[in-house]
Amino acid sequence: MSVATDADTALLDGVRRIADEVAAVHADEVDKEARFPAETIEALRAEGALSALVPQGLGGLEASLEAVARSCFELGRRCGAAGMVFAMHQIQVACMVDHRGEGAAWFDDFLRELVTKQRLVASITSEVGTGGDMGSSIAAVTENDAGEASFEKQAPTVSYGPYADAFLTTLRRSPDAEPGDQVAVLTRREQMEMVRQGTWDPLGMRGTCSPGFVAKATFAVDQVLPVPFSTVSAETMTPVSHILWSQVWLGIATDAFDRARAFTKAAAKRKPGEPPSGAVRLSELMAELSLLRAEVGLALREYCDLRRGDRARLSEMATILRFNNLKIAASEQAPKVCQQALGVCGIVGYKNDTPFSVGRHLRDAMSARLMVANERIHGTDASLILIAKDV
Amino acid sequence: MKEQIRKVIKEHGHLSVDPETLADDADLYQAGMTSHASVNVMIALEDAFDVEFLDSMLKRSVFESIDSIAAALTEVGVSA
Repeated sequence: MSVATDADTALLDGVRRIADEVAAVHADEVDKEARFPAETIEALRAEGALSALVPQGLGGLEASLEAVARSCFELGRRCGAAGMVFAMHQIQVACMVDHRGEGAAWFDDFLRELVTKQRLVASITSEVGTGGDMGSSIAAVTENDAGEASFEKQAPTVSYGPYADAFLTTLRRSPDAEPGDQVAVLTRREQMEMVRQGTWDPLGMRGTCSPGFVAKATFAVDQVLPVPFSTVSAETMTPVSHILWSQVWLGIATDAFDRARAFTKAAAKRKPGEPPSGAVRLSELMAELSLLRAEVGLALREYCDLRRGDRARLSEMATILRFNNLKIAASEQAPKVCQQALGVCGIVGYKNDTPFSVGRHLRDAMSARLMVANERIHGTDASLILIAKDV
Repeated sequence: MKEQIRKVIKEHGHLSVDPETLADDADLYQAGMTSHASVNVMIALEDAFDVEFLDSMLKRSVFESIDSIAAALTEVGVSA
């Protein structure tokens, strides 16, 4: 792990304060009303946290991925939806920072604007008709004679789509390209027509506000990231998603544990001298949480080491398997921790309006296995295991 | 060697075109090979040439063309 820089310390101090003073205060209301965590995102904007990963040469903070990961944890601990919005935004920024290429004027200008205006970036990666396969697209980049390009894409979910300022969209490279021959395009909302499809009333992660959209855009060809999306995905989008999501899930599970512990402590105070009935279950819960924390922490270190060292290894199948395993393990362990916390707190945890409520945590954590369905990841892994050697 | 590579790609690559018509440096993914099919190609190549690829070679870019596959096979000891 690298030594924390001033940028890291500044980011974390700010995000911790926002998590405690803003995200925590509005979390229940955000969940109940399925509304965007606007106060938290505004506070993060005021802190300059949306440009945490932008290089200093473009005016950004250039914080480490470790500090951003820790920020996702801190936010997730107080409001899962706010943590997830922050995490997803940082994933799109990381893709642009990593893959815009040398001297990419359009992307450099956009990143400068992201710093000064604190633009919120969402992604349009899912598509109706692809069966959840992010590695294939139907919609395509279509160039016209005037040197401009356009697309029209039907997305079943666009996280915080109604609130984002810009969108990173996956598309086929051209109208005659194969489904897997994809690129990623960054477009500003002003260049787009976003027509909302359907409602947003899900079980958990309600504040992410992720209805479907038909997205249309007209843009300049230099808004297309210059490397194939397969490279963007393998080196950055997929592993960084799994790492930052899992930090949010760890945050949610940690708060569920904290509530179970507070409940057990309160019970112990009522009957001094007697071990509270839930204490053993709390200890079991702690063991489950520590497993989750270990995997999430180790994966972060391994990825950061690879990025700083042998970047070529990021594309290897053994590496892809490793970070897929993180996603599967964390997405199954986090709801397990929340459910066990509910077992410790009992009816007081089941009710939505007590200091020991963990219903929101459990519902939020249950989204984890759907964010790129674990069944799909297992399907990919099942074929990679057959050929990868050292896994 | 390239003839045999073409044969494996034809059987396992599920391309949208006949591999016989592809140049040695043509991009197989742009010719319709999916990630899943590429794994099957890798397994079939190991079988056909009786070799094992190293983990460092098991990545998308190494299997993107007949040329790059031939280079990988040479690296693990297959002679042209």
